[in-house]
Amino acid sequence: MAASPHTLSSRLLTGWVGGCAWYLERRAVQEAPHTFMHLFRSINKRWITFQHFTFLKRMYVTQLNRSLNQQVKRKPEPVALPFLEKTSLGQAKAEICEMRPLPPTSLPLSRKPNEKELIELESASIIEGSLDAGKETKDEKHWKEMKLHLDDLPGILARLSKIKLTALVVSTTSAGFALAPGPFDWPCFLLTSLGTGLASCAANSINQFFEVPFDSNMNRTKNRPLVRGQISPLLAVSFATCCAVPGVALLTWGVNPLTGALGVFNIFLYTCCYTPLKRISIANTWVGAVVGAVPPVMGWTAATGSLDAGAFLLGGILYSWQFPHFNALSWGLREDYSRGGYCMMSVTHPALCRRVALRHCLALIGLSTAAPVLDVTTWTFPVISLPINLYITYLGFRFYTDADRKSSRKLFFCSLWHLPLLLLLMLTCKQPPGARGAGAEPQS
Amino acid sequence: MVGFRASRRALLPPLCRAFARPGCPLGPERGAERREAAASRVSGFCPPRKSCRDWIGPPDKHSNLRPIHFYIPESESPLEQKLRQLRQETQEWNQQFWANQNLTFRKEKEEFIHSRLKAKGLELRSGSGQKATLDAEEMADFYKEFLSKNFQKHMYYNRDWYKRNFAITFFMGKVALERVWNKLRPKHKKSST
Repeated sequence: MAASPHTLSSRLLTGWVGGCAWYLERRAVQEAPHTFMHLFRSINKRWITFQHFTFLKRMYVTQLNRSLNQQVKRKPEPVALPFLEKTSLGQAKAEICEMRPLPPTSLPLSRKPNEKELIELESASIIEGSLDAGKETKDEKHWKEMKLHLDDLPGILARLSKIKLTALVVSTTSAGFALAPGPFDWPCFLLTSLGTGLASCAANSINQFFEVPFDSNMNRTKNRPLVRGQISPLLAVSFATCCAVPGVALLTWGVNPLTGALGVFNIFLYTCCYTPLKRISIANTWVGAVVGAVPPVMGWTAATGSLDAGAFLLGGILYSWQFPHFNALSWGLREDYSRGGYCMMSVTHPALCRRVALRHCLALIGLSTAAPVLDVTTWTFPVISLPINLYITYLGFRFYTDADRKSSRKLFFCSLWHLPLLLLLMLTCKQPPGARGAGAEPQS
Repeated sequence: MVGFRASRRALLPPLCRAFARPGCPLGPERGAERREAAASRVSGFCPPRKSCRDWIGPPDKHSNLRPIHFYIPESESPLEQKLRQLRQETQEWNQQFWANQNLTFRKEKEEFIHSRLKAKGLELRSGSGQKATLDAEEMADFYKEFLSKNFQKHMYYNRDWYKRNFAITFFMGKVALERVWNKLRPKHKKSST
């Protein structure tokens, strides 16, 4: 019957979600807020950039010399290489501009690095011109032309849409879809994932659009595309619209209207409630937790078409998880929040912050126990999830009592692997369709 | 590979071209003078003459905001001028707010540390010459106090920032539409005559 393909699909999905989640969590761990490493990395990056730049400059200058020899006919007065350094700014620029129309075959390098070198040398010419003002040279090197290179666009849009967070959101939606009763419908699943992904991209882009000056002032967020001027606000908003409209349309007409409505609601909640509320009241954390809870509910409604108890349970698990995760993270960012004007519990109500984190760790145990009661999983689930739930509760308790950076970081990192693992266990313990108890709704 | 890149560039969507600035006819001295005047306001940075785009600089050491040097095209329309002035003014307003905010924070933090250390009976610098600091839990009181003290200021700032951000984006949209229209219009005129 439908049992075997269903079990196979759910096992495949388990494997996929597991792999996805493991990868994401590894990436998240690697990019954990560690100020010293961040500083070291940024210094390292700058040094590498400088070395790379110097290397390219040398390469370009060599090519320039070679091509000038080849192109003697076109240029009336070829400027020899040794004199390039001493020429005035204007003349150096004239050289650059004359270089542009050269056919690619005259230079052995491929076109892309050639262009890059041209751009590098453009900024290099600024340096050469201001060699006298030594101190200013260093600053001027960092000025960049606000030109959108199409090659960079995918990377920029990925960062604008917080692609990793979006991937996590989509995986929680997938988990919701897979945990819902009924036969596993692959086309519906793919449409739901795509629609949710697009909606998440749109919401994240608008969030970044609103927060440019605040993001500039926080270490964690100062390298975002809008902050660095890699993309204009207009393009960011256009991109968000181009994601939101097809995303919601896909969910409404490709899946079902309820899922579409939840998608719109979540975008609104995140962009128009959570984002401004961050600077007004600590209630933003609770609103943000709801935002995180909606995607698995959307996955469930996509599969079943209705808001069952199971949907609320899944939403509840994600809701409760947000608190130990975010409260622990925010503990180490208190200085940035205070300076930037963000109203976070960790700054204004530190005791409440820790209490709420612990409270919700305990809630996770409760919700895991409720899962078999609501026929979402078998009774194996609360048993096998108990160790990890107890562990995160223990760390939550340590955070509550110690209230220091060490315990907050331990709790945060634990939350990163706890959620994917919990969802994985739920999937493996999913209640098989035949064995549903009295509390379940009858299958249509 | 070269062919592929050439064809990819050839397929530049027309919208991108429409959004891009009109061809920069390099004016005579007048353009250079205006550029110089604008440049002097922004940390003495002067973009290369051939460039017809805005330039963005490194983060300011006080405000952490990146200054933008706006390009003034020869054929700047009134709408474009309005947009540029709005962006310039918003940039200065933002710069002032955040520089002030960060400097105040730094100053008050120092004062707080100083007073707390004094209350503890400790020197600002220990015997080894290292600067004595308070740990995060002791600083928490300061962070809470600073946040609540500046709450009203942030409320006004938020409201104004949202208004400006929307206005700038709205005008950017209008300017983009104006450019698209200008690009289409001459062709339309040509075809009608």
